[in-house]
Amino acid sequence: MEEPGIIVVPRKRRAAELVLLLLALTVGIGAWAITGLNRENQLPENFFVVAGGWVVLAAICHIVVRWRIPYADPVLLPCVFLLNGLGLAMIARLDLNDKATDAPGQLLWTVLGIVLFIVAIFVLRGDHRPLQRFPFLLGLAGLILLLMPLLPVIGVENYGSRIWIRFGPFSFQPAEAAKIVLATAFASYLVERREVLALAGWRVLGLDLPRARDLGPILLMWAASMLVLVYQRDLGTSLLFFGMFVMMLYVSTERPGWAVLGTILFAGGAVAAWLLFSHVQVRVNAWLDPFADPDASYQIIQGQYGMAWGGLLGRGLGLGRPQLTPVVKSDFITAAIGEELGITGLMAVIMVYALIVSRGLRIALTGKDPFGKLLAAGLSFTLALQVFAIIGGVTRLLPLTGLTTPFLSQGGSSLVCNWILIALLLVISHQFRKPIARAVEVDQDAESTQLIALSERGGRPPRTPDATASERGGRPPRTPDATASERGGGTQ
Amino acid sequence: MNRPIRRTSIVALIMFGLLLVNCTWFMVFRENQLDARSDNRRMRDEEFGQNRGAILVGNTPVAITEPTDDRFRYQRSYPQASLYAPITGWYAFDYGTSGLELTFNSQLAGTDDSLLVRRILDIVTNRMPTGATVQTTINAKAQETAYEAIGDRKGAVVAMDAKTGAVLALVSTPSYDPNKLASHDIGADGTASKAWRQLNDDPDRPLANRAAREIYPPGSTFKLVTAAAALENGSDPKQLWDSPEKLRLPGTETDLPNESPCGGAKITLEQALKVSCNTAFANVGLSLGADKLRTQAEKFGFGSRQLLDLNGAISRFPDNPNASQVALSAIGQFDVAASPLQMAMVTAGIANDGVVMKPYLVSGIRGTDLSLVSQTRPEKLSEAMTPEHARTLQGWMQTVVNSGTGVNGKIDGVEVGGKTGTANTTPDKPPYAWYTSYARSGDRTIAVTVFIEEADIDRNDISGGRLAAPIAKSVLESLL
Repeated sequence: MEEPGIIVVPRKRRAAELVLLLLALTVGIGAWAITGLNRENQLPENFFVVAGGWVVLAAICHIVVRWRIPYADPVLLPCVFLLNGLGLAMIARLDLNDKATDAPGQLLWTVLGIVLFIVAIFVLRGDHRPLQRFPFLLGLAGLILLLMPLLPVIGVENYGSRIWIRFGPFSFQPAEAAKIVLATAFASYLVERREVLALAGWRVLGLDLPRARDLGPILLMWAASMLVLVYQRDLGTSLLFFGMFVMMLYVSTERPGWAVLGTILFAGGAVAAWLLFSHVQVRVNAWLDPFADPDASYQIIQGQYGMAWGGLLGRGLGLGRPQLTPVVKSDFITAAIGEELGITGLMAVIMVYALIVSRGLRIALTGKDPFGKLLAAGLSFTLALQVFAIIGGVTRLLPLTGLTTPFLSQGGSSLVCNWILIALLLVISHQFRKPIARAVEVDQDAESTQLIALSERGGRPPRTPDATASERGGRPPRTPDATASERGGGTQ
Repeated sequence: MNRPIRRTSIVALIMFGLLLVNCTWFMVFRENQLDARSDNRRMRDEEFGQNRGAILVGNTPVAITEPTDDRFRYQRSYPQASLYAPITGWYAFDYGTSGLELTFNSQLAGTDDSLLVRRILDIVTNRMPTGATVQTTINAKAQETAYEAIGDRKGAVVAMDAKTGAVLALVSTPSYDPNKLASHDIGADGTASKAWRQLNDDPDRPLANRAAREIYPPGSTFKLVTAAAALENGSDPKQLWDSPEKLRLPGTETDLPNESPCGGAKITLEQALKVSCNTAFANVGLSLGADKLRTQAEKFGFGSRQLLDLNGAISRFPDNPNASQVALSAIGQFDVAASPLQMAMVTAGIANDGVVMKPYLVSGIRGTDLSLVSQTRPEKLSEAMTPEHARTLQGWMQTVVNSGTGVNGKIDGVEVGGKTGTANTTPDKPPYAWYTSYARSGDRTIAVTVFIEEADIDRNDISGGRLAAPIAKSVLESLL
């Protein structure tokens, strides 16, 4: 259908990003200003300096993106600035009540996160594919990071969960870093092995289950997740990593059998852990009926009271009493948002996360390179799982977990790692949308595109219509086409 | 690879959908339960700092809310302090609420469902939501008169409109200052804590509502119920009853004496009531039996909670008394116990030609703009007596006042009927003095009961007449 010689050039949409970014900046800065006006009838100290700095940071990010990865997705960065700004404003607001000064520290971590975001963009030079080279090294590093809190001395238990490590004054949630490292490792490993893993074993109830000899990796990840569940006492982290792995396994092999098997394994393990371990039962009981033991469930009860008091539209920034909820700056920051901005504000925040996830999954859909697709899908889905687990825990949809709320909650490790995650997604989207690397193919999911007729241009020859047709065709082929050559061609 | 990614997107969509549905669920189904929990500090603090509605006596507020500069924004105060404390109750941060502050909390706080429309209007018009005003039935003049008349004595005065059941005066002494309990000085050594400890340590129990929420042996005033039971069960008013100087209680070695001569060995019930003859009434009780006495008592309101506006006490008649106990119960001793409010209901029922009205203290709820939100309609509790029997008994009560033990309660030119009573508790404690009466003037019929917990005088039947009757008289005069 397409003629050779026609190249699709997606719009860069940088102006749209700039407009959205300006809107996003007003959220964080506005929230901070309103807090000051509500509490002291004046703008916070150093308001114009800090707000100006925040605008400058956003401008730098925008310029870097415009310069190095101009075809990157235009929605992600504004969403992240919105959440991060709101998180900073919330922490500054909570500082007013506990007489702490955590907001400047969080701002420093944000600056570090943005620096690493920029470094990642420069280092990758607009191309994520070099990350594909070290699956086993990254996998090992990721597993070590994940299980590090179980080590003596450096592993620290906080609020019943052992998901922290501490070096001197610095504490760190290594699971946040493990999230990115493991997603990269899984993506490269699974892209290598997907043809083998996709081979059908037994067929049960219309589902092709994998062969027994291929079960090694999933069992290893399952064991790691169960270790996390039982010894780190954290359902959220456990769910996050196992869910990420199973989802990526399913996406790479296109075998629903893997997803079903993984879900059964995780559910079975979780139920067994609930039956066997009292600390898991404590968490589950606090979820089902917090009032049965108000002392043990104090945090969740106070969070619920806060949100109930906030009602539909909230008490207003600075006018609620979120300080009554313990650890409100990190785990329960969404409860504070629910209290002061109302359930409406909380739902808006959830929608912003949904927007980030949908853009991430959209990037995965539009790309051609399987590694990039898998990585983008894996990172986005993991972010969705994380938001689901922590906000679900705070709102009593799920048992409470110790996960951080990305970009909102206080904590440097989470913030920095999530900025790097966004850098990865932006780089992948730039790689997928920039015109040179991909000719002809117009994806149905792509945004409005311009068709520009160009004369023959250097680089790769356009793909043959045959390959496109088979990729589009109803049932995907068991061994995906053209991927090996594309991969080979792209990175050289 | 796109198909599994699309399916994964659907999973992500479902997860976000669940979060949003759960938020909605929280708002619709969980919020109210959470707000209503007593350990919810946010709600408690907010309610405490709310612009609560006033409690009115006539057009005068007896409980109001005033703006303050502290963190609660509004301070509850009681301009007349102890005078209306048994009615308003207190509104304290750490010690809960009582009285009308408790029973009408949702209206005063403005959260009651009946105020929903107003609340929405407040939100729409951006007006600070305020609670509704509670209008009481109390007559300020009668309340003040009763409070002054009872003075330093421990006791209670209840006045009610016999035709409607509206409570016109409700005094319990010693009273207390609810302003101290409502203080915003709430620390462990704050004004509120100090007042709370002091009031609870006081042996005179000032926080007890003696008028409606405590029950005492009613003594000879219960003879009204016994007389009503006799009439209702077919006894001829002219019938003569044995009235020996001493009555050997059946099955015991104890003699029941009379406090004063009954005026004959066989007397009518009218005479027995006039001189409060114990032995004659004991014989009436013995001939009727416990069941008929209890049935009559329950028609007057015994055995069920009265005056729900203040969550009043349940007055009682013993369950399975033996013969001697029936004889004692018939004269208001043994295990019979009634609140002063209950005895006012008995008197009001007789004075209202046998129809007992449900007592009530709140006549209506008004919104912030003083428009009526709801109004209390007088309700009939029961028909305790036929009008004919009731009028007979009214006549006997008039005899008590005109020429019997209740002569101190007499008001010139007004129809007044009454009955005195003295109840012995334990030998080392002074007896309880009672006087219950009604007065009729024009179309008004008022019943007043006075109860004195410690009558420091000899145990004789005149104590009720001497101590309590003048108080009742002054209250009746203030109302007529």
